[in-house]
Amino acid sequence: MVLGNYKTCVAARSTDKEILKGAQDGGIVTQLFAYALEEGIIDGAIVAGPSDEPWKPEPMVATTRAELLAARGTKYNLSPNISLLKEATRSYGLDRIGIVGTPCQMQAVRKAQLYPIGMRDVPDKIALAIGIFCMENFPYQSIEAIVEDHCNQKLESVTKMDIGKGKFWAYTERGAVSQIPLKVTHKYEQPGCHVCLDYVSNLADVSTGSVGTPDGWSTVFVRTKNGENAWNKAITAGCFETQDIAGVKPGLDLVTKLATDKITKNQKTLEARASFGVGKGLRNPYL
Amino acid sequence: MVEKITVGHVHMSGCTGCLVSFADNYEGLFKILDNYADLVYALTLVDVRHVPEMDVALVEGSVCLQDKCSVEEIKETREKAKIVVALGGCAAYGNITRFCRGGQWNQPQMESYVPIGDLIDVDVYIPGCAPTPQQIRNVCLMAYLLLKGTDEQKELAGAYLKPLMALAKRGDEACGCDLMYDVINQGLCMGCGSCAAACPVRAVTIEGGKPQIERDLCIKCGACYAQCPRSFFNFDVMNEFEGISELIKEVMQ
Repeated sequence: MVLGNYKTCVAARSTDKEILKGAQDGGIVTQLFAYALEEGIIDGAIVAGPSDEPWKPEPMVATTRAELLAARGTKYNLSPNISLLKEATRSYGLDRIGIVGTPCQMQAVRKAQLYPIGMRDVPDKIALAIGIFCMENFPYQSIEAIVEDHCNQKLESVTKMDIGKGKFWAYTERGAVSQIPLKVTHKYEQPGCHVCLDYVSNLADVSTGSVGTPDGWSTVFVRTKNGENAWNKAITAGCFETQDIAGVKPGLDLVTKLATDKITKNQKTLEARASFGVGKGLRNPYL
Repeated sequence: MVEKITVGHVHMSGCTGCLVSFADNYEGLFKILDNYADLVYALTLVDVRHVPEMDVALVEGSVCLQDKCSVEEIKETREKAKIVVALGGCAAYGNITRFCRGGQWNQPQMESYVPIGDLIDVDVYIPGCAPTPQQIRNVCLMAYLLLKGTDEQKELAGAYLKPLMALAKRGDEACGCDLMYDVINQGLCMGCGSCAAACPVRAVTIEGGKPQIERDLCIKCGACYAQCPRSFFNFDVMNEFEGISELIKEVMQ
């Protein structure tokens, strides 16, 4: 289950210049949701929107293209998107929900569908769940520490953050680029991420991330019938430019490597947790 | 159609919300009753006065210790049902009845209410207030497959019900604090927000990426903890979500 079940995998990017302008990589999530919204595949999407504080995401239900555009780009800290899952069917009256999230959030979505313990009338309303690749996430205070203390940039002057090539990058509006090695950021990671056994959002309908493809492109796994339906329609409508994943560098080998690294490392954490105390351990959520 | 299982709804001290939720499967309820389950006991729905033998007893509500009739009935239910399901927060955890002080007009002495697990062994928990129609439906179908299905279906149903059986073993106290004790304090929370979405009384909000519980609002229904992907997460079941969702859709048509 390193890469999960999938029907197809391609390198892709949006054909929409406006979307690409503020996108993290290939603008896959924004483009696919914008298309799905236009076509009525979804009535709205739960996304990590902007908030009052710089780079602190706030979950929001986007029902317009403008709202989707405002939420473009990766914020490397917590956006509890699932907290709006039931609300989206209530206050927003959505019958077909789009939702984007990290692998753990996709797990939460599927658990909500199979064990809808507090999710009345939600299971049948998940129309398109888009997962993003994720190695780990940070609390907001960690992002403040990383960007302000380590990168020496004011959070409000940063225009883009990125993790790639073993480094954390902060780009500012005045053109400065700060980079620090990921080994500096490790201690700021959210602990709950260290038991996660999924890198590429195995349980999403469509999952995407930058790893495996050249700059400005994204790797896309189409995993379920729902995902395939939306993806194929979007391709036919000309929403995406694609390339065979076998033909791009660094390709799926790198995705497989990073996924394996994450799973191996976190399996070890789970094992270590089992004998964390003296004759006592910490909980394993997978038992 | 192969033979059906027998299901009863046993009503203890509850608000009938669980039964209403069961009925809120609408035509799905008829499908379940037509094809998979005979309802052999249920307040207002079935004209049977005494708890009969049955495969699955869905018990709603907690037991009033001063109500002899209820105490007898829950014991009888355990004797006569193969599988006892605590349907909803009151049966599983006491829920809102945990807060009662007695003193109601005409029965002022009735003051002590306990989840059914305090008096009998319970096999499966369905937490929540009210438990959702979809969760009740899923448990009914899985119970059917477990008792009457093919070997393969039995295995799937067993895997599906396992965590709900583990909840029954875990104990009969629950509240929003479980999120602190068993998830945040254990270094497992990753801030997805499932708990906040699951809470029926909006006692859970997300502050700093982690659940914040307004404990005065919490009714002890157990939904937040049970909905959390880090309370239990079953790879055998979850990885098959597409197939299982389709199976449920298919058999409910």
